[in-house]
Amino acid sequence: MSLHTLELPDYREQAPEVSARFKRIRERPVVLSVKGLRKDFGSNGETHTVFDEVSLDIHRREFVTIIGPSGCGKSTFIRIVAGLDDASGGEILLDGKAIHGPGPDRGMVFQGYTLFPWQTVKQNVMFGLEMRGKAWNTAESEARQWLEMVGLSKFENSYPHELSGGMKQRVAIARALANEPRILIMDEPFGALDALTRCKMQSYLLQIWKKVDVTILFITHDLDEAVLLSDRIMVLGVNPGGVREVIENPVPRPRSVAQMLSPEFLSVKHRLDELIHGPVTEQEEERLPVIKLTEAGDEVE
Amino acid sequence: MAKSDWLGLKSELPPRRRLTLIVLSFVVPIALWSSVSYVPWLWHPNIRISVPGDVDYFVEDMELPRVDFQRELEKVREAGGTMPEGVRVNPIYLPPPHKVARAFYTAFTTEPRLPNEPWLHESLGVSIRTILWGFILSSLAGVPLGILCGTYRFFSRLQEPFVEFFRYLPAPAFGALCVAVLGIDAGPKIAIIFIGTFFQQVLVIANTVRKVDPALIEAAQTLGARGWKLVRRVVIPASVSDIYTDMRILLGWAWTYLIVAEVVGTMSGITYFINQQARYRNFDNVYAAIFMIGIIGLTSDMVLAGIGKVIFPWKRRTRSGRKSILEWMQEPGSAWRKEPPNPRAAAALAAKA
Repeated sequence: MSLHTLELPDYREQAPEVSARFKRIRERPVVLSVKGLRKDFGSNGETHTVFDEVSLDIHRREFVTIIGPSGCGKSTFIRIVAGLDDASGGEILLDGKAIHGPGPDRGMVFQGYTLFPWQTVKQNVMFGLEMRGKAWNTAESEARQWLEMVGLSKFENSYPHELSGGMKQRVAIARALANEPRILIMDEPFGALDALTRCKMQSYLLQIWKKVDVTILFITHDLDEAVLLSDRIMVLGVNPGGVREVIENPVPRPRSVAQMLSPEFLSVKHRLDELIHGPVTEQEEERLPVIKLTEAGDEVE
Repeated sequence: MAKSDWLGLKSELPPRRRLTLIVLSFVVPIALWSSVSYVPWLWHPNIRISVPGDVDYFVEDMELPRVDFQRELEKVREAGGTMPEGVRVNPIYLPPPHKVARAFYTAFTTEPRLPNEPWLHESLGVSIRTILWGFILSSLAGVPLGILCGTYRFFSRLQEPFVEFFRYLPAPAFGALCVAVLGIDAGPKIAIIFIGTFFQQVLVIANTVRKVDPALIEAAQTLGARGWKLVRRVVIPASVSDIYTDMRILLGWAWTYLIVAEVVGTMSGITYFINQQARYRNFDNVYAAIFMIGIIGLTSDMVLAGIGKVIFPWKRRTRSGRKSILEWMQEPGSAWRKEPPNPRAAAALAAKA
């Protein structure tokens, strides 16, 4: 069964409470402002533009997801925002000020956990606090609070290698949030987790985001994840690289997994699918040159 | 389990088999040595005379090659007279294992022949001191320089090409120079070990530091770490356990430089002992002294590996680099390991108790 067989509403249609919510978000101050960002990669004198003219304003406590096919530069984009890569053009403003290199005002959660293996869970969370010059005692009690929030108080003296993937990522989130960043950048944070853990982590993240004053910029290649979590979804494309569309997600909050079969959810997902993979019809589907190797009459379909 | 599992590609062996192989790795060479020593028809190229007979230059306990003995035997048989007798023996430079084993004790208790000659334990002490001084001095300079080269491209470009060149110069080649500068006593010996260790150390440690996961450094940067703090709080701790493993390997290399170092100037330490004993033809003592170097090296490596496990608790499971025998034994599920292999089982046991 494909999505085409369902009668779906237009993804741009918003229920009154949803559009009211977007109106409220737009009234909030802009935290991160990306203006005309361009990134070129050069090799042997040839330059290849990954994306150009990417502009995006993210408001306080908004949840924005970037999605796109591989090679669209979504990781490059947020690495530039985090200050880990340089842009080839355009500018990035955080609270109206241009950014210079990486800093604690933009927390980052990586796909590969990147916890410090030589430190216990608690010491990992304390790291940023100590870097900002907080006294050890203050840092410790704050770290404990953050660990309690992600439900890992019992593991404060464990080493990262003793934790499961989902727990490691919760520590990484606590570590990034402990710095009270203006924006939390998440680069496919749940990409390495199994489907069940991933589902749990998405609900954890929504709970955390509700409780903490933080703006989130999230990257994923999972359509469901994008629709389930975000307020707005920015779709990047390849050849030419750049923004395809910024979608205001019509799925009302509070979100839950039960909404994944609602018409709004499916309509957004369908639109994302179109933007990323292009409209697919039966005839266009690529046929593999497979020779029939099974016995006649032994069909699976 | 199937027989083919002994040779499973990259798959770990069950504890019992692993232990068998560890024991075999020592038993096989000792068994070879024993069979050559104790089975009379294996090798034994010489004859030790027990009855000189009518050969004028034969005396009791004299040793000579079997062919020469046979020739003399024929001569006596033709001329008629008392036949010489003898037993097949190995050359004096291949003592049997039990004599070498005994020498491990007797070498320490034999009084030196010359009045100013050191006892064995004194010789060993001198050697260990030489190694340690050479290694400590080299590490004091080499470790910080290695870390700098591994962290900053500036130092890497500035230092490493020259170090790379210098490490090809054989350390013993500096022997005469070291004597001219540092005299004939401990100085030049320590210098040779320093030269032999230092340049390798800088390159090996720089390489280890360069291998620090860049994602960890980026994560630290997004948490606000920069400059020297980034080096002190991330780069060094991220590589320190691998540096420790490097140091264990380098200490092994320092031992291999010991013998050439001790020949420089006045011969000293274990080298002097070995040399004197070879001169006295006490080859059992010579072997014992050589094996003692191996035993000291292996023991110190095992001790250091054990210390490493205590001071780097996060490395207990994700181990990298070289394993010592101790670690081979302590692999999860090994027969030598005391604690149960998984923490949950440990907790369950604790709960029962």
